[in-house]
Amino acid sequence: MKIMRATRMERCIGCHSCSLACSRQVHKVLSWNKAGIRIASSGGLSTGFEARVCLACDPAPCVAACPTGAFSQRKGGGVIQKRNLCIRCGECAKACPVDAIFLDHQVNPYVCIHCGRCIPYCPHDCLEMVEVPERRNGSNKDKEVAS
Amino acid sequence: MIRDYFRVMVVNLGTGKANIVERGGRNEVLGGTGLAARLFQEFGHADRPWNDPDQPMILAIGPLTGYYPLMSKTCCSFKSPYHDQYAESYAGGKSALSLRFADLDALVITGRAERLTALCVGSRRVELKDVEYLRGFDALSTGRALRKMFPGSGRRSILRIGPAAEKLSTYACINVDTYRHFGRLGGGTVMGVKNLKGICILGDRGFPLPEGKAYPKLYKHIFEQLTSTEMMSKYHGVGTAVNISPLNGLKSLPWKNLQQTSSPHAERISGETFADETLLRNAACAGCPVGCIHVGFVREQFQTNNQYLYRQVAYDYEPIFAVGGMLEIIEPGEVLRVLDVIEKEGFDCMSCGVALAWATEALERGDISEDETLLPLKWGDAETYMKAVELLSQQENEFYSLLARGTMRAVARYGGGDYACVLGQEMAGYATGEVFFVSEALGFRHAHLDAGGYSWDQKHEEKDVDAALKFLVEDGRKRIILNCMVGCLFSRGVYTEALLDEALEAVGYTDLATGVDEIAFEVQKLRWRVRISTGYDPRTVKIPKRYSEITTWKGPLDTEYMEALRQGFAQRIMELGAPLPEDAPEK
Ligand code: SF4
Ligand code: SF4
Ligand code: SF4
Repeated sequence: MKIMRATRMERCIGCHSCSLACSRQVHKVLSWNKAGIRIASSGGLSTGFEARVCLACDPAPCVAACPTGAFSQRKGGGVIQKRNLCIRCGECAKACPVDAIFLDHQVNPYVCIHCGRCIPYCPHDCLEMVEVPERRNGSNKDKEVAS
Repeated sequence: MIRDYFRVMVVNLGTGKANIVERGGRNEVLGGTGLAARLFQEFGHADRPWNDPDQPMILAIGPLTGYYPLMSKTCCSFKSPYHDQYAESYAGGKSALSLRFADLDALVITGRAERLTALCVGSRRVELKDVEYLRGFDALSTGRALRKMFPGSGRRSILRIGPAAEKLSTYACINVDTYRHFGRLGGGTVMGVKNLKGICILGDRGFPLPEGKAYPKLYKHIFEQLTSTEMMSKYHGVGTAVNISPLNGLKSLPWKNLQQTSSPHAERISGETFADETLLRNAACAGCPVGCIHVGFVREQFQTNNQYLYRQVAYDYEPIFAVGGMLEIIEPGEVLRVLDVIEKEGFDCMSCGVALAWATEALERGDISEDETLLPLKWGDAETYMKAVELLSQQENEFYSLLARGTMRAVARYGGGDYACVLGQEMAGYATGEVFFVSEALGFRHAHLDAGGYSWDQKHEEKDVDAALKFLVEDGRKRIILNCMVGCLFSRGVYTEALLDEALEAVGYTDLATGVDEIAFEVQKLRWRVRISTGYDPRTVKIPKRYSEITTWKGPLDTEYMEALRQGFAQRIMELGAPLPEDAPEK
């Protein structure tokens, strides 16, 4: 399984082409927030940009928080989203440790599904698909992590 | 399309109330510059001065904003403090997408706040905050303060002014998201007189996409054109600063207040040198994958024992010409340091640099003395110029307060008009010849981007008045099309009329898609009508003597040719801007 990573954000020029591409292609809206990836300056434009994007946690805290199964665990990390099951309680966004889930004003969650369709639209090659990194204890299913 | 009419928010700073108004006319004016002129007709007062509290400041976007790449600019219009006539200016940053996603085709701000105020608007928000405590804050720290005050990091635009605008210099700019500006003709001053320190535009809505496959397909095609062809490489590579060397080679680079049109030192401040020595990174307006914004850095030792600080300053061709060549500052780092001060004070850097160039020559000639300048202004002396910018911003004495209102105000008091580099406003950086000088002096915005006069000069040695005038009017109209869409003019090679028609069609503006050129012709006339109604008379515009003294690659300037062009262009403008028959009797 591959996941989408914003690996080279030092190159980012803040064009929002990635968010617009995700929102257009994946979520079928015209927006720069209703997208799996959102770009913000890291505290004013002179400090460069950061991407708010799903880190493909496994197990994913948002999945654990979702009461309806609208978010389920994606193999390899991240979530599978079923919008028709969503009751718009907003618990997923609250549970995300990196603010990667955007809730619009009707509390619709938007999250990256690791499809990679934003990647060709980044003019500076900031984004890439990477093989799921080896988890420390082998199988993803192995929850008994001895830390 | 989102809607076929215009949705406009009107905020009155006097009452603190906002209104949403809906207006038709999309198929007559498209949007952007056309919409702004329309709104000025409705909300503006041609016969009252610029500082009347009821005068509007208008921000407008176009039908394609947010839908396609490089449809990323905003048109700002107002009655100009500089010449008290209708004027406009363009900027990008995140302003355009923020307005789009705030669900507004335009924002009209009228009235005057009692105390210094910041405004935040969004699709579900209007908020005014007293920010009297920010009085005197520079434009950059004002931005930092506003970012903390309002929500929406990453999906908002922050517009603000610096001290020069609060003090009502007539060429103070509006800083947009740190690196872009509504630069020319005093947009910042209009905010200043309204007691409006900042505007936050929150783009927090989304819209359904056009049905069908045409739109995503066309988007992809345009995106590829803009990113993978050579067409735009000039802008993201070295950037517009790449112009320094060729213009120098063509003896068309204004230098030392246009005492020269080239210099052996120009290489030191070429775009290539800037890139090699100071370029830190690139940035982009939201919705633009080209990323032409070049951010340079300067490092300064502020204490012994290796104590350094660094600053990031954006540069482009125009700032380098105005502060580098015109003042003969030939170290990139020094150019950036002066620009940094100009940025903080919140001046239009071109007007500021050119005004100081005039002051330096006036001092050199003895038309003014150090009693006026308070400083020994000297070509190339960046330290002194940095102090001068501050005195200008504070309007320290009579001299600086006149100069802060435009070089010609200082000329009226001290003389020296022959060598004032003013073409409607302090000049842009193209000493290419007769066609450009006339184009800028008489043009709607007194900008090099009104029409490609500078490129006509570079390509045509023959002196054909009719051909040149025809070009100015028609090329002006082509640019108006993009200014109605409020696309970036750098993309004009890609966005042909046919492509724009297709783009409108794909998002559902089928009515508009049958000929943007005709609409642009109407907008061209409308803009001139509005401009003339506020007192503009192109027939009275003079071109200072300095412009007839220069030599370009074509040899000495031809004053007869220039005069014929001047009269011809004034005539064309009067024809284009003739009042409509139905308006004539009433007014
Ligand atoms: S908002 Fe929807 S997806 Fe998120 S936790 Fe609630 S039900 Fe699950
Ligand atoms: S990988 Fe897919 S879902 Fe994730 S941000 Fe990119 S386009 Fe959106
Ligand atoms: S497309 Fe690339 S450069 Fe543009 S905002 Fe996204 S990550 Fe940054």
